[in-house]
Formats: sequence, C-alpha cells, structure tokens
Amino acid sequence: MADPGTPAQGYPGRLIVFEGLDGSGKSTQARLLGKWLQSRGYRVFHTEWNSSELVSESIRRGKKKGLLTPTTFSLLHATDFADRFERQILPPLRAGYLVVCDRYSFTAFARDEARGCAPTWVRNLYLFAPKPDRTYYFRVPVDVTLRRKRASRSKISYYEAGMDLGLSDQTEESYRRFQGRLKQAYDRMARTERFTILDARGSVETIQQSLRADLAPLLQGFPTGERLQHEG
Amino acid sequence: MKARTHYGTELPGMPRERLTGRLIVIEGADGSGRTTEVERLKEALEIDGHSIVDTGLRRSTLVGEPIDRAKQGHTLAATTLALLYATDFADQLENKIVPSLASGSTVLADRYIYTLMARAVVRGASRAWAQELYSFALRPDLVVFLDARPEILMHRAISKYGSLDYWESGMDMSISPDRFESFLDYQGRLRREFAWMERDYGFHTLDANRHPDQVHEDVRRLVAPLYAPTARRAGTINPRPGSTASG
Repeated sequence: MADPGTPAQGYPGRLIVFEGLDGSGKSTQARLLGKWLQSRGYRVFHTEWNSSELVSESIRRGKKKGLLTPTTFSLLHATDFADRFERQILPPLRAGYLVVCDRYSFTAFARDEARGCAPTWVRNLYLFAPKPDRTYYFRVPVDVTLRRKRASRSKISYYEAGMDLGLSDQTEESYRRFQGRLKQAYDRMARTERFTILDARGSVETIQQSLRADLAPLLQGFPTGERLQHEG
Repeated sequence: MKARTHYGTELPGMPRERLTGRLIVIEGADGSGRTTEVERLKEALEIDGHSIVDTGLRRSTLVGEPIDRAKQGHTLAATTLALLYATDFADQLENKIVPSLASGSTVLADRYIYTLMARAVVRGASRAWAQELYSFALRPDLVVFLDARPEILMHRAISKYGSLDYWESGMDMSISPDRFESFLDYQGRLRREFAWMERDYGFHTLDANRHPDQVHEDVRRLVAPLYAPTARRAGTINPRPGSTASG
C-alpha cells in the first residue's frame, strides 16, 4: 500500500475500499464516511458490489436452470465488476476524485476460494483492478453477524449461506461454516494485502471516528471538487 | 491410459470418472473453410460409427443475451467483453463438453479457446493474462488450425456475402475507417496470435489456402490415429504450454 498522501497506481484520485462479512457494519460506515467527505467539499463516488443489469439476469436464469457452477459464478461476478470498474470507478479515479467502494476484488477472492476456485486463477481475473489506497477490513466474529441478522429480522440468502456448496442442509449451520471460511480468507488477506483492521464490535460512532482519523493524512493537499471545477 | 488434463487450473466440481470421449478442435478464421470441414468431418466420423457432439462458440443459455446486447452496440470495454466470452465458454465446457466426453462421445469443436484468446489479445489483453484465464480448458486430443492468408479470406468473404462483416473486420478496434484495410490488418493480427499459440499449444497447422477437398484429406489423416485401437490417448498429444510463455 502507498504511504499516506501518495496515490497508488499513479491515478490522481484516491481509492478507499471497505471489506468484511455481511453484517459487519461496513456499509453503514462507508455511507457515513462519504457524507463527511462530501461535507468537507470533496467529490465522492460511492459504489457497491451489486450485480448490475449486465449479469443479474444471467445469475437468476442460471440459478433457476441449475446451470451455475463455482467457475461460471466466479466469471459472471468478474465480468460484472470489470464493467462497473471501467464505467464507474476508473473515470473518477483518473479525474482525481475520491472513490469509496463498498466491497472490492477481495470479496471475490474470499468467496471464489471458499467455493473451490484456484486462487491464482481468480486473482488473474481481477488483474485490471488497482490496489486501493486504503482497505478497511471490518473484522467481526461470525456469531456476531448472525446475532445482528436475527435482531434485524433479515433473512439469510441462499448464496450468503453458501447453500450451493452443500455444507449443511440447515441454512444457519451452512451460513456459519461458509461465513467462517470467508472470515479465514479475510484474516489471511489482512496480512498479505495490508488491510487496515477495524474491530467491528465497537459502536458506530467510535469506529467512524477512528476511520476519519486514519483517513486524514491521505487527504492532505487533496483538491476539493470546487477547486477542480473552477480555475483561479 | 492417462487422465485427461487441462492447461493448469483444475475446475472445482469436475466429475471423478474418466472422460473417455475424444475432443477434436478445428480452428481457423471465417473463410478458412472451418465450418465446412467440421460438417464433413462429422459426417465421415458418423459413417464410421462414432457418436459426435458438435459444439462451437455459439451463445450459451447463460450469457447469450448480454453478449448479443454487447454486439448490438451496448459498448463494453475489452476486459469486460473478454470475461463475458470466458463465462460463455466455461458454461459450454461444464454443461456440454464435459458431459458429452463423460458419455464417451467425440466432441467436435468448431473453434475453442484459441480464437477467444486471440481476440482478447489483439484488443489489448496480455498473452499471459489470456492464457491464465483459459487455463481451466480441457486439453484437446487434436487441434487443427486451418491457416489461410487474409487476402484469401477477404476474397472468400466477398464472394460469399458480397461484403466484409463488421466484427470480422475488427471495426470495433478503430484500426481504420476503411473496412477493406481494417479487415486485412485485423485478420493479420489474429494470424500472428495463432502463430505463437501453434508453438505453445501444439496445433497441427494446415494450409487452408487450398481447395477444401485437399484440406479434408489432411484432416482425416490427422484424425485417424485417434481411433486406432492401440493409440490412446488423451492429454498426451499436445505438449503443455511453457509457463514462461510470452506475455
């Protein structure tokens, strides 16, 4: 990772990534951080790891007809991310803006490897994605995410539970095992990819404060949107 | 008997049983006589009593629709398009080629990963990236590359269709606004990619500037040993591409 204040990959913008399990609170934190950055006059682009129109229909159809395999599942997501990267992430990065990504290629590394895809092969798919300036990893025990799910009465989705892997017939047990694998993958990457680890069991306010403090050096001398649009 | 192998990446969930069928690939540009040869070879092998499943780079159920949309001008950048084609290929490999080979049929492929790699590389992907992307593909028993000069391809296209196709001319690459020039240049670039793949993947290259009858005779000669009772087999014909292959 680059030193504070030095843009990675030679792009004038800054790439800030949020990673972690579902229910780790990263989306809330990403949104709050975006608000703060905007209030300070920076131009912020926010993207999420959602399937775009390009492949969401394919995933739906593939699932219905039982055609999806770990490999096509992986390739579909890589295609989708490449499309989003080339349309939504790269232009603002080149133009010198802040891009906040709620999940990035690391999500694919963790998920695809948990499904048995070869790690070298998966990493090759995402070679187009530059290393972020900061990757915040919201570290949380699987049990905590499960408790949060229950509290919010949200249902565990098929793929979130890794039901396609046949780890268990019981959704909750499958979820526990699959998310456990993902957490192991994230913990490994935290070292190799130099994530900044945040203890996601803390309060929303505490975490947001430490995020803002950590990010401040990266913003030193970084131009606001106003300064990029008007000369003089 | 050696187990069938891939180009370096094992697919998760591959069947444990041996894939006993034969995988024959015919490669070549449009106008090289490829499709004609696939039809003739299929006919000949069926007359010999073999069960043949033909496959090509047609659109699969999974991503056919996004590919069609992309071709109609919903522009996708090079990487996205390369990944979309790879998804399509993986779908056909897992849902059609592998089950057919497992049942003992011969799979006759009208183009394979080599065309897809060549297209990706001429559009800016590195050779190393494309090779790794398709490293999960099964190693065929035989790859025949029908090699024809761009000028010959051009004359055949014009005499058959009366014009040069947009995609076959590489018009999306902005090589030249002149379609004639773009066609020759683009086909020349693809041919150069096939030249290194010929070495790395052990193709049998045939001179396809000749009459289809002569090409067919050569193809039959190359295919015959695959069905000889003693000469089995899979994964032993092509040498493995060097891991240091040019990129």
